[in-house]
Amino acid sequence: MAPPAQTNRSPSPSQPSGKGEVSDLKTQLRQLAGSRAPGTDDAKRELFKKVISCMTIGIDVSSVFSEMVMCSATSDIVLKKMCYLYVGNYAKHNPDLALLTINFLQRDCKDEDPMIRGLALRSLCSLRVTNLVEYLVGPLGAGLKDSNSYVRTVATMGVLKLYHISESTCMDADFPATLKHLMLNDREAQVVANCLCALQEIWGLEATKSEEASTERETLLSKPLIYYLLNRFKEFSEWAQCAVLDLVSKYVPSDSSEIFDMMNLLEDRLQHANGAVVLATIKLFLQLTLSMADIHQQVYERIKAPLLTLVSSGGPEQSYAVLSHLHLLVMRAPYIFSADYKHFYCQYNEPFYVKKLKLEMLTAVANESNTYEIVTELCEYAANVDIPMARESIRAVGKIALQQYDVNAIVDRLLQFLEMEKDHVTAETLVLVKDLLRKYPQWSHDCIAVVGNISSKNVQEPKAKAALIWMLGEYAQDMQDAPYVLESLIENWEEEHSAEVRLHLLTAVVKCFFRRPPETQKALGAALAAGVNDFHQDVHDRALLYYRLLQYNVSIAERVVNPPKQAVSVFADTQSNEIKDRIFDEFNSLSVVYQKPSYMFTDKEHRGPFAFSEEIGNLSLGEESTDNVVPAQRIEANDKDLLLSTSDKEESKGSIHNSSAYSAPGYDGSLAAPSQTDLVSLDYKPTPNVPSATFAIDDLLGLGLPAAASPPPPPPVLKLNTKAALEPNAFQQKWRQLPISISQETSINPQGVAIMTSPQTLIHHMQGHSIHCIASGGQAPNFKFFFYAQKAEEPSTYLVECVVNSSSCKVQLKIKADDQSTSQAFSELFQSALSKFGFS
Amino acid sequence: MISQFFVLSQRGDSIVFRDYRGDVPKGSAEIFFRKVKFWKEDGGEEAPPVFNVDGVNYFHVKVVGLLFVATSRTNLSPSLVLELLQRIARVIKDYLGVLNEDSLRKNFVLVYELLDEVVDFGYVQTTSTEILKSYIFNEPIMIDAGRLPPLGPAAMFMQGSKRMPGTAITKSVVANEPGGRKREEIFVDIIEKISITFSSSGYILTSEIDGTIQMKSYLTGNPEIKLALNEDLGIGRAGGRSGYDYGGSAGSGAVVLDDCNFHESVQLDSFDVDRTLTLVPPDGEFPVMNYRITQEFKPPFRINTLIEEAGSLKAEVILKIRAEFPSDITANTILVQMPLPTYTSRVSFELEPGTVGQTTDFKESNKRLEWSLKKVVGGSDHTLRAKLTFSQESHGNITKEAGPVSMTFTIPMYNPSRLQVKYLQIAKKSKTYNPYRWVRYVTQANSYVARI
Repeated sequence: MAPPAQTNRSPSPSQPSGKGEVSDLKTQLRQLAGSRAPGTDDAKRELFKKVISCMTIGIDVSSVFSEMVMCSATSDIVLKKMCYLYVGNYAKHNPDLALLTINFLQRDCKDEDPMIRGLALRSLCSLRVTNLVEYLVGPLGAGLKDSNSYVRTVATMGVLKLYHISESTCMDADFPATLKHLMLNDREAQVVANCLCALQEIWGLEATKSEEASTERETLLSKPLIYYLLNRFKEFSEWAQCAVLDLVSKYVPSDSSEIFDMMNLLEDRLQHANGAVVLATIKLFLQLTLSMADIHQQVYERIKAPLLTLVSSGGPEQSYAVLSHLHLLVMRAPYIFSADYKHFYCQYNEPFYVKKLKLEMLTAVANESNTYEIVTELCEYAANVDIPMARESIRAVGKIALQQYDVNAIVDRLLQFLEMEKDHVTAETLVLVKDLLRKYPQWSHDCIAVVGNISSKNVQEPKAKAALIWMLGEYAQDMQDAPYVLESLIENWEEEHSAEVRLHLLTAVVKCFFRRPPETQKALGAALAAGVNDFHQDVHDRALLYYRLLQYNVSIAERVVNPPKQAVSVFADTQSNEIKDRIFDEFNSLSVVYQKPSYMFTDKEHRGPFAFSEEIGNLSLGEESTDNVVPAQRIEANDKDLLLSTSDKEESKGSIHNSSAYSAPGYDGSLAAPSQTDLVSLDYKPTPNVPSATFAIDDLLGLGLPAAASPPPPPPVLKLNTKAALEPNAFQQKWRQLPISISQETSINPQGVAIMTSPQTLIHHMQGHSIHCIASGGQAPNFKFFFYAQKAEEPSTYLVECVVNSSSCKVQLKIKADDQSTSQAFSELFQSALSKFGFS
Repeated sequence: MISQFFVLSQRGDSIVFRDYRGDVPKGSAEIFFRKVKFWKEDGGEEAPPVFNVDGVNYFHVKVVGLLFVATSRTNLSPSLVLELLQRIARVIKDYLGVLNEDSLRKNFVLVYELLDEVVDFGYVQTTSTEILKSYIFNEPIMIDAGRLPPLGPAAMFMQGSKRMPGTAITKSVVANEPGGRKREEIFVDIIEKISITFSSSGYILTSEIDGTIQMKSYLTGNPEIKLALNEDLGIGRAGGRSGYDYGGSAGSGAVVLDDCNFHESVQLDSFDVDRTLTLVPPDGEFPVMNYRITQEFKPPFRINTLIEEAGSLKAEVILKIRAEFPSDITANTILVQMPLPTYTSRVSFELEPGTVGQTTDFKESNKRLEWSLKKVVGGSDHTLRAKLTFSQESHGNITKEAGPVSMTFTIPMYNPSRLQVKYLQIAKKSKTYNPYRWVRYVTQANSYVARI
């Protein structure tokens, strides 16, 4: 297949401009259509190029469809390719015209040249016209059996295309079964890879409709198939290797020797120049070793160097993608990276999005031994002429201070920032000093001395102004001129556009009044008057509240507005641990770059072919999603408030968070800790049946929840249907619709845990008690199960989400029931069954 | 899987547009371009390479000023897509010889041909220039290579170095030489990008070398190649030595790589024994090996900055650079930049008497001093005096309002790591077979910064 002899070094078609040209093209094409004169092909090529050029820039050239088809009777492969491209682009919107092409495409599918057979088949499958699918089945079937591997690779993708045009045609022709056969037998690795991709997609989509497809989908994760693919691993192209690695990372090996075999086999992939291969391998290694703490840590150590190399080789874009993943790992296990902090120093020519990630990493890895150097480096950035960078760096310094290392030196640095007399530096620093004081009140003396020297006229940004005002109110007795500064600010009430600042002004002036009444009285009166007349609802309300409180009793007002405060020990984290874990589960995907789990940015139908584990997640989210997502965002939004503004309530919230915070988020912190998310969601939208465990917290938060309904009367003894049946879809739907009726933490027998090497053992056990499992997942020490059971006499169903932690022997239960009155009885039944696990 | 692939010019026109799955609505190119263009104005900075608009994920890489973009609705591996985009650019360059807007526009049919084979229904089929050869029938329309800068780090050989044939780098893998005969040759480039941060006292705070051994083979029949590196090359830092405190003085001792990775064609069987790489080079340009070094090395340039205040509204900046490499080596396209205080209103420059090929500029918009030097010979030093006039009184600490000084440069036939290709052996087909071998070294500044 030598290229055509003539060269076509003629000038390129000029950029066509519009309609006139299209009709010109039409005429010229028509003239050439029947011509057999020498040189016709050259002329056609030029015309075809013009047409495709129009197409690319968005000019509609569908009107020359029939002429293009007429001209396509040629043996020139370049012409054919252009024609296929054209047809593929316009067929969907011109189904009638598309019919014209079927003939010549079908004929080409039987050409003796495999290249032409492949090209024609690909074009035929790309027409995307529903009523032409009948013409596809024959050529596709032949293509899958073709002796040429190129044709077979095209045909395997063709099956997937057909599936997307018409699912039923594809399934009726039994193409998936053929693909499965090819996947296991074809000698061409690319055919195998394409079969794998196609089957993942097809069965992934079919699984929601049929039991059979769902089983088929599981067989993709069966040991024989996984081993088959791994044995042929080196034959695959680097891209196909990524697909295989992704599949393998969902496979659950039965024992540790299997895990080590896989890791040894794939170890050299960490040295691949293609970042996609390396990240896919890392994901697999991390998943495989989740339950082996020490090996998991070794994996972290092992992947450090390859990741750093990928960050520094390749383009800035690829480097960013890798860096995002490194960022995730650093956030999970900062201590592993604490000696590598210099790698996270920013380079002056890096884009801001890279610098931002690096600053966060620097903040995370700071510890006793490196804080001094890191802060010194950050101070360089703070003096930077690049203002956004300077701001971020100051925030980073502040965050490190809040992490409690070397606070003394950092406070000094922060105070030096204030002396730089750059407005943006001053603004950021004020906000930080305020946060520091909330955490370390012992520094107030040093800070206040410096802050007192700042003229409020030089502070314009609302956040900074609010911080300054807060300090004026809080430390009124230490700052000589606090009442007068406040007074002058109140005089300019009308010019103050930020409601946040006005709110702070009100609070500060009231606080100041309690400490230095004679000096502040005048300012207080002015502030309350201005506040009550404020057009902003919150300002108005707060002013009125203060006014009435003061009128009622000044000392009570003081107790309400300015009670003694406890220092904040830990500010609330921005992301719940459950969300962090979910992002970690979605390692090597966009979730890591966006720092959001996929359900937050992807439509359901696009969630990927293999969303099994995700689905379990989604199941649990069905109900939680509103409760779960919203608080997350709320916290995010609120975080700034938490850190930047102050309303006294939030402080107590911060400390509560601390008290309930679980042990440091280690690298093996795969514990989903769902109870914590619940905590957060509770103060936001209390569920009527609040579980007892979390109840005390609500009281602490002072939300004054109405006491939960008294426990339901003892229900009659519950009998379960031994042959209960529930479709996965029905389960999902129910799970979404029903409220949680019981949420409880219980423990599981250690003997039971000991034999729980895989989820299967527990599933069998529960089945013996007529409680059936519909989905399960996870690896030691965390397993997640979805069970269901039905009443013996009536079609009333119970749904259970059960999270077992095999290392702590703790079990989290969430029970939902059609008939809520019996859920307590069911819960007892469930727990008694669970408690017998390990003894039978 | 990706849904669409397209290439946009700097102005946002689609040069090629290929829809693979039809699940992303029309107008995605416009949505993408608007988003990228207005990212800054929406309060952010530069648009990140990946973002999501209305459930569609947009991935892009910038290559020679063009935007290579892919869209997808699924939660893909960002590394995979960005790497793919970069590879597509590389494959196109292999075929067209030169990659730029002009060559793309002239050859868009060939590009479509490539795109059809590289991706099918959103799944990557192959990005191997070699494999693709049998599916490609269009011949590239060559453009005048001299006019526009080509893609890739090898481009730096185009300037200033007499030893390489400039056209070779812009040769298409499919086009024949004008004479009809193909020249047998192979290029091995050792490209090192260096990053250094000097403290205000001239002490090296951090330094790193990011190196690549890049290969481009025009050998017929794909013979096996052996590439021998320094025999005492070490890989991975030994246990006790952590981070940057490795104290070997530059110029002696073994080269130690922190880490490296390899192209998939490379056989490492004898690498552990004698540091040779064996490979059958595929067609087209590809990195044989990437490596990273944090071992200390001798910086090619030293930078001295002195700021003297002269009254409340005036100051003088004295910049001095010293080339600390051998005198038979010449650095080219040197640019020294320094941000000045924002209240700087006017700058007058004073170069050393008799200098040629140096220009100075004060960029009013971002208050930046720029000093460019065409050539700097090893061992020489150069000084620039800049007199600044301020529009307001300085707060007395100009060093906090200006700097740091940064530098970019290219130094051909020099590499600070001392990593070497000791020999390049080509499996012989016959006695007369003696192809041209080009082994070239070059060093480029990545982030070269001196604080003041």
